[in-house]
Amino acid sequence: MNEAFVVALVLSTAAAATPLILAALGELVVERAGVLNLGVEGMMLAGAVSAFAVTTHTGSATAGFAAGMGAGLALSALFALLSLGLMTNQVATGLALTLFGVGLSAFAGQPFVGQVVSAGVPRVLGLDLVAWLAIALCPLLWLFLQKSRAGLLLRAVGERPEVADAIGFAVRRIRLAAVLFGGALAGLAGAYLSLVNTPMWAEGMTAGRGWIALALVVFATWRPLRVLAGAWLFGGMTVLQLHTQALGLAIPSEFLSMLPYLATVVVLVLICRDPRTILLNQPLSLGKPYHPDR
Amino acid sequence: MFKLEARPAPSALMRVASPLFAALAMALTGALLFWALGQPVGKAFYAFFVQPLTTAYGVGEWLLKATPLLLCALGLVIAYRANVWNIGAEGQLVMGAIAGGGVALAFPDASGPWLLPAMLAAGVLGGMAWAAVPAFLRTRFHTNEILVSLMLVYVAGLLLRYLVGGPWRDPDGFNFPQSRMFGEAAVLPLLHPEMRVTVVALLALLLTGGVWLFLARTWLGFRLTVAGQAPAAALYAGFGQKRNVWIALLASGGFAGLAGVAEVAGPLGQLQPSVSPGYGFAAIIVAFVGRLSAPGALLGALLMSLLFIGGETAQMELGLPAAITGLFQGLLLFYLLAADLFVNYRLRRVSPAATPALKEATR
Repeated sequence: MNEAFVVALVLSTAAAATPLILAALGELVVERAGVLNLGVEGMMLAGAVSAFAVTTHTGSATAGFAAGMGAGLALSALFALLSLGLMTNQVATGLALTLFGVGLSAFAGQPFVGQVVSAGVPRVLGLDLVAWLAIALCPLLWLFLQKSRAGLLLRAVGERPEVADAIGFAVRRIRLAAVLFGGALAGLAGAYLSLVNTPMWAEGMTAGRGWIALALVVFATWRPLRVLAGAWLFGGMTVLQLHTQALGLAIPSEFLSMLPYLATVVVLVLICRDPRTILLNQPLSLGKPYHPDR
Repeated sequence: MFKLEARPAPSALMRVASPLFAALAMALTGALLFWALGQPVGKAFYAFFVQPLTTAYGVGEWLLKATPLLLCALGLVIAYRANVWNIGAEGQLVMGAIAGGGVALAFPDASGPWLLPAMLAAGVLGGMAWAAVPAFLRTRFHTNEILVSLMLVYVAGLLLRYLVGGPWRDPDGFNFPQSRMFGEAAVLPLLHPEMRVTVVALLALLLTGGVWLFLARTWLGFRLTVAGQAPAAALYAGFGQKRNVWIALLASGGFAGLAGVAEVAGPLGQLQPSVSPGYGFAAIIVAFVGRLSAPGALLGALLMSLLFIGGETAQMELGLPAAITGLFQGLLLFYLLAADLFVNYRLRRVSPAATPALKEATR
């Protein structure tokens, strides 16, 4: 095993981990504010198809990433309208968002099936800028959540919204900001998938990554730095899967493709095995709607 | 000016009316969409919602697609009532198809009347086994059943792809990834010679009654509902939480498995890399539109099935992408969730002018 191979391995792992980091960090902020948005998969798909369409038309990767973020933002605004505005059940609304995103992206992506896009994203040290951004966001979000006043407020809203409300903070406005942030990051994650990871559009191309990102948040016990570790673990698995296939091992490719999904289940079992881990780390008001009038 | 105020009690009328509002809003959005796509709205509506039902064959297709939707949704109604969020019905359906199809492939020359019942039973067990995984992991290791059941959807799909591309591939099938066609004894009898819908549609209808009775009239069904609506009360009453999780997941897995085997032993007649266009996911919407009740699921399944075949007709007649079906499905659930606001709230008219008049009247 030579040096170039190891470098290539690390770079491809980082690239495979990037959409997971972005989506999981977004959802982490949403959940820290007490909102459970199960629509990550749908927002990622919407981001992926918008980014692909815009980059195909304009030739600009920047415009594509912006469009992906915009699409994720728009879908999360829809989620916020229902779950924060109309106080609908967050689990059901999140599921609806995913189903809607799957349908919408398949519909909008019809003309692009089978096309390839070449988005030149600038690289530093062999890794593109969006991947660097994802890595940098982990410590930045940790700083924000743990060391800044706004981060404290966000956590307060996720733990005890009634207390935050009583001392005069607009709970729903803070939650809205968190949901929109999560949507934008999920959209960016989707854009990275269709512009960098596999520069093409295919129906349902996220293949459950949105759900794996949700599992990563639990795995990371709602801490941004651990998201990085978890995402690299999963990214490594994807790369391993490709290399095992290249080595010609006699394992059917379908079984290798199952690895990330089975690993997600295993990882969830390991983390949730002791119920105290979840009780101590999960935001206290996760998934509970809050309305100041009630 | 209108003001939103809480109702003293949830409105029973709105609970029934809100799916209708949702369907209406979906249709209106659909009209807008057709218009935006440059389609004549009337013709598109006709192609989507009416034309499929103008022939006996079309009605058969409608019932054919409603059957797996209804079966999956019946199971989900039980699970969601108990607040157990099984969203992996699609994977349980696939495992039912694999288990039932496996029985058919294991006895290619069988001609006895025992084969079909054995296949159906294997399908139900296959679905239950797949749903048992999230049930075991939740009751033993406290994992979230939403994520586990969903992850297993992908695993089941890959397993099916492996089987039909490898060990179960038809040796005379020109290398196509599909199993050999099942024998005559392994194919479900048709309801009517001109339609493709099988007798499982009747079975699903019977099961609808069964689930209604179970939830409305049995002690166990009552326990599940209490555990879902008031977990603290259920705990106080000593209703075991773990048992509820098991019942909810096994029931929904079994129903989905039955739907899966009925697909391969019915319209497909063999195992293929894909045995469902997303019935297991659409059934989630059916269960909600049906107000988590069995009769409601029946109506919801008929509506959702119409969306499925409407999408196909629209593709053939108008050249619209069939993916429009998924768009409509998502919209329907969104509108339903929004309309449900009026189950617990109502609009009250408040105008500044009304106040003196009120004083006048009460003087």
